[in-house]
Amino acid sequence: MNPLLTHYLVVSALLFSIGFAGAVARRSAIIVLIGIELMLNAANLNFIAFWRYGAHSEALTGVLFVLFSIAIAAAEAAVGLALVIAIYRQRKTTQVDGLDRLKG
Amino acid sequence: MLNEIAFYLIAAVTLGFAVAAMALRQLIHCALCAAAAFAGLAMLYLQLDADFVGFAQLLVYVGAIAILIVFAVLLTRNDEILPGSRRSSPSWLMGIAAALLVLSGIALPILNSPSLRHAPTATAAAPVKLIGVELMTHYVLPLEMVGILLTAALLGAVVIAMREEPETKTQSRPPAARRVETSEVVSQP
Repeated sequence: MNPLLTHYLVVSALLFSIGFAGAVARRSAIIVLIGIELMLNAANLNFIAFWRYGAHSEALTGVLFVLFSIAIAAAEAAVGLALVIAIYRQRKTTQVDGLDRLKG
Repeated sequence: MLNEIAFYLIAAVTLGFAVAAMALRQLIHCALCAAAAFAGLAMLYLQLDADFVGFAQLLVYVGAIAILIVFAVLLTRNDEILPGSRRSSPSWLMGIAAALLVLSGIALPILNSPSLRHAPTATAAAPVKLIGVELMTHYVLPLEMVGILLTAALLGAVVIAMREEPETKTQSRPPAARRVETSEVVSQP
């Protein structure tokens, strides 16, 4: 007996909301980035679940979309964390509510 | 039945680690819990018969992104939260409320739609050979674009995170030039 498609979608929705809550409620920029990664992963889980439970699983569309999404998430994490390190060097903080000035 | 028990176990562990990654106080604990949550997601992919994606997830997220996050946490180490200060933003309650609103907006339609309540029909498989053939034929242009994007992101990350010692030299040059100009102005009369 396999789990239904609904189960995977609910897990993905929970993961998305957890990531969203962390991204909007925490002060540390690194935690905000982890939250964004969790939201991206929830979308990936949806793609894989719909691919597996869909009618045309031989097309491999969901799998390939997730592979590209993982590559783009890696690029985003690298640039985001480099920005966090650069900001820390400039301001000696990574708390997002301390970064309210555009002037360097 | 066994599949279902495994699904519930993996899902509970993944969600638990995700909550811990968002809620713990120490940043390094958050980073490690996030790595565990990514590993749990890889298990879910493996259970959904997407082997290659599962291993790619393990390699990229647990292997690369988690290490990157740990490095960022360690490089910004002096940014420890003081005992008296808050770790969440002042309006964190509104953030949680917005997240619950988003959750209800996504989950209620899912739970109320009977067309989603079906088991997988056929055995789907994504063999690595087929994925490679697709990447080299149908998806070759996106693959090249991702290659360019990753190169640009790598260079950009290095440039952004680099120490700015040469720039301080160039910044110190204009005042020096100005000083020469003013000294010339002063010496002229």
